[in-house]
Amino acid sequence: MNAEYAVEFRDVVKSFRTPEGTHINAVDNVSLHIRNGEFFSLLGSSGCGKTTSLRMIAGFEWPTSGEVYVEGKAMGHTPPFQRPVNTVFQNYALFQHMNVFSNLAFGLEMEKAPRAEIEKRVQHVLEMVKLTGMERRLPRQLSGGQQQRIALARALIKLPNVLLLDEPLGALDLKLRKEMQVELKAIQQKVGITFVYVTHDQEEALSMSDRIAVMSQGVVKQIGTPIEIYERPSNRFVADFIGESNFLEGTVKSNEGERASVFVPSLNAELIGLNTGNVSVGEKAILSIRPEKIRLADKKVMNTNCIEGTVTNTTYIGSDTHVYLDVNGMQFKVFEQNKISSLDPQAYYTRGQKVWLSLFPENTLVLAEK
Amino acid sequence: MLKRLRENKSLQGTLLVSPTLLWMIVLLIIPLLLTLVVSFGTRDADGGVIYGFSFHNYVRLIGISNDCPDGQAICYNPLYAEILWRSLSLAFNTTVLVILLAYPLAYFIARAHPKRRNTFLMLVLVPLWTNFVIRVYAWMMLLREQGVINGVLGWIAARLGLPFEPLEMLYTPGAVLVGMVYEFLPFMILPIFTSLEKIDNSLYEAAADLGANPIRTFQRVTLPLSMPGVVAGTILVFIPVMGTFIVSDLLGGKQVILVGNLIQNQFLSARDPTFGSAASLLLMIMTLIVTYFYTRKFGFGEEIVAA
Amino acid sequence: MNPHRRHPFIRITAFLVYVFLYAPVFILVLYAFNASRINILFEGFIPSFGPLQTDGSLVTQSPCGPFHWFCELSRNREVGLAARNTLTIAFISTLVSTLIGTMAAIAIQRYNFRLKAFSQISLYIPIVIPEIVMGIGILILFSQLFGLLNGAFGLEGDARLSMGLGTVIVSHIAFSVPFVTLVVQARLAGFDKSFEEAAMDLGANELVTFWRVTLPMILPGVLSGALLAFTLSLDDFVITFFTTGPGATTLPIYVYGLLRRIITPQVNALSTVWIAIVLAAVLLLQRLQAREAK
Repeated sequence: MNAEYAVEFRDVVKSFRTPEGTHINAVDNVSLHIRNGEFFSLLGSSGCGKTTSLRMIAGFEWPTSGEVYVEGKAMGHTPPFQRPVNTVFQNYALFQHMNVFSNLAFGLEMEKAPRAEIEKRVQHVLEMVKLTGMERRLPRQLSGGQQQRIALARALIKLPNVLLLDEPLGALDLKLRKEMQVELKAIQQKVGITFVYVTHDQEEALSMSDRIAVMSQGVVKQIGTPIEIYERPSNRFVADFIGESNFLEGTVKSNEGERASVFVPSLNAELIGLNTGNVSVGEKAILSIRPEKIRLADKKVMNTNCIEGTVTNTTYIGSDTHVYLDVNGMQFKVFEQNKISSLDPQAYYTRGQKVWLSLFPENTLVLAEK
Repeated sequence: MLKRLRENKSLQGTLLVSPTLLWMIVLLIIPLLLTLVVSFGTRDADGGVIYGFSFHNYVRLIGISNDCPDGQAICYNPLYAEILWRSLSLAFNTTVLVILLAYPLAYFIARAHPKRRNTFLMLVLVPLWTNFVIRVYAWMMLLREQGVINGVLGWIAARLGLPFEPLEMLYTPGAVLVGMVYEFLPFMILPIFTSLEKIDNSLYEAAADLGANPIRTFQRVTLPLSMPGVVAGTILVFIPVMGTFIVSDLLGGKQVILVGNLIQNQFLSARDPTFGSAASLLLMIMTLIVTYFYTRKFGFGEEIVAA
Repeated sequence: MNPHRRHPFIRITAFLVYVFLYAPVFILVLYAFNASRINILFEGFIPSFGPLQTDGSLVTQSPCGPFHWFCELSRNREVGLAARNTLTIAFISTLVSTLIGTMAAIAIQRYNFRLKAFSQISLYIPIVIPEIVMGIGILILFSQLFGLLNGAFGLEGDARLSMGLGTVIVSHIAFSVPFVTLVVQARLAGFDKSFEEAAMDLGANELVTFWRVTLPMILPGVLSGALLAFTLSLDDFVITFFTTGPGATTLPIYVYGLLRRIITPQVNALSTVWIAIVLAAVLLLQRLQAREAK
């Protein structure tokens, strides 16, 4: 592998014709690069273009314009069977009329590998997914989780440089999904192959990936490590889509190095935050604060970034309490861990209670309004 | 070259369909067009075709003829109109009778124990797989003056000491109707069965739960849900009946002449292919019109054909 | 819990309809053993084995005993030829129509091309028009075509183009293809493309994918279509009637011809043999299906 990147997109656009006759860009001018050996996720809700992007790497779709590179080579209109990538399908797509062995051997038969080698590699890959001894079974005789692992094994046996996974854990129940997430990550780290993983599940992406590309409506909103994505969302969409956020609109009044001061009309107050959005003075900005980062107290504890509000509703969910507040007509949500264990519901905030919210500047992000 | 084929999906599709398309054009479209052309022609002395453009065949079919009694120039000869009408009513009657007979049987099989269902179905199909002509012949044997039915009836009458005149059953319109019903009964049983089988048992339970007695359940649940089957079956029965000539030939003799007989006749003994073509096209148009209005009202029932 | 199942009305009617369906078949088979040659009344079974003896219109003794007419049948050259023709036509037309019909079904189900609507209509027409219309059309086509070619090339005698086995086969293919296409299309409708994508992803090109993945998965549908085409061809009368020629008689045509002439119990014997073969085939199929289901 002498290419700089495992996969690269340069100005890729994919448009489709709608039934009404117009055109829609499922992928709208996407440029990104995926590094060798990385676990890279494409995250977004349905229709955002993540699956289409994946399919363009695999070769099931061709870009309308722009170019997809795999290991430094432009793929153009190369068909899937000539690409050094393999796919794990969402519905597994195991060949129903072949048993497990034949399914696994299929890819190697296409490479015209000798029989002895096929046998060996099939055994090896079965061991890797912990399904030794299942060679003779038919797909319909396997459970969902087992089918998923065979689908993975079938793709891995060819030792591709890039493995594409299209929401592979979607059909599994919660417990199994969590187990598989751990296993997939372990396999990826052991084999060292680049994984490109498509999912709509944030938790999954955040827990497994080295880097994530957040997509919406065909556009990449942000690429970064899980921590970067969560703690430093670069725009409102990402801040809203990943986890939860409180938003305030305002105008930048002053700039000082990392920090900026924003006047928020709805609160009639100036708040200080980190200027991650690099917004200039006089421009409109959006302040974003995550619910778990707001401190509640019964009195004002700071001079700035401390506002008073009234509790409108609370939800007790065991480990946390979700508190909903009204601050000058603006709705806020705050998540507080329950550090007390009282049996008295009144101890966990009550409706109408007046509290002070502390919005620490390091946790308050100033984003450009887009 | 291969690359271009790979990229052009439309071309791939066209190539795949081309042998079939070619076949259908040569053996369906062109023959139909030829039939149309010939129908406008005139018969020559040897039974060949003089191409031309005249409506006289169609005019004759509708009934306006210049072969009139009393020296009239133009009069109405209902002969052919009668034939068309007879075919239509026969097709209609056959279809109705077939539905009446097929539905209970289809229902019976559909509600039978799953293990025995296949056997019951096979029992319906076996007569179907014996030859069409043979089945008609069987009815000839049954309906003849000295045939089986008369034989049995005569034997019973003799035992009861009653006088008996053999019934004249063969070569009557009734015989043709019976023959048609017999021929096409399985074609209605199968589609109705298929659509009845698809009805989930829980629907009956729900109806009962909501207070419907058996008759109401049938009326409001079973019957509507089995309609696609009835529609598919109707198309499978009505259209062939319109066009068959063997049944009327063998069971009806000269007494019962249908459109099919007329057409066949024109191409063989009467040797007027132009008139026969006109009749053939008229038959096709009539069938298409009936099918169109029927499916407009009742739907296509294609899902049943698939099964 | 179906309220209607046990209703006597249903059971009685069903039983009566079965009787209605099978009574003629029963009579047919019975008369195959008729001692009477004119075959109008049933005069009983042929009593004894031995050299042929007749008494008026009755056969009182025969080397084959009660199976006399079956023996006669086996000696009947014309029947043999007709049977051979019927099978040849059925096999060839089934082969071709299944092949091109499957291709057409794939094309219509999976692709969009300019002639798609036209193709679909052309395939729908034969199903909704009476067979005789198609038969007549093809007759006109061939008679005019052959007349033209014979005249243009001055073909005489044996070299003359005329109706025969070829025209029948070609016509059978024409009316079978729509049915094959319909059946295969229905099977394809539920087919998930991801299997083919998986195969290509693993290195199989389009042909290999079709051969090793697609075809095995649609095979039941293709076989159903083939069976349907075979049945339609075997049983066909109308189209064959208008497209056949000397030497190309099929069994249904042959029987029809017999019925208009002399009706000896040989016809019944032929019918019985036919029924027996169909029954055997059906039982065999059931046995095979039961085994595959395991």
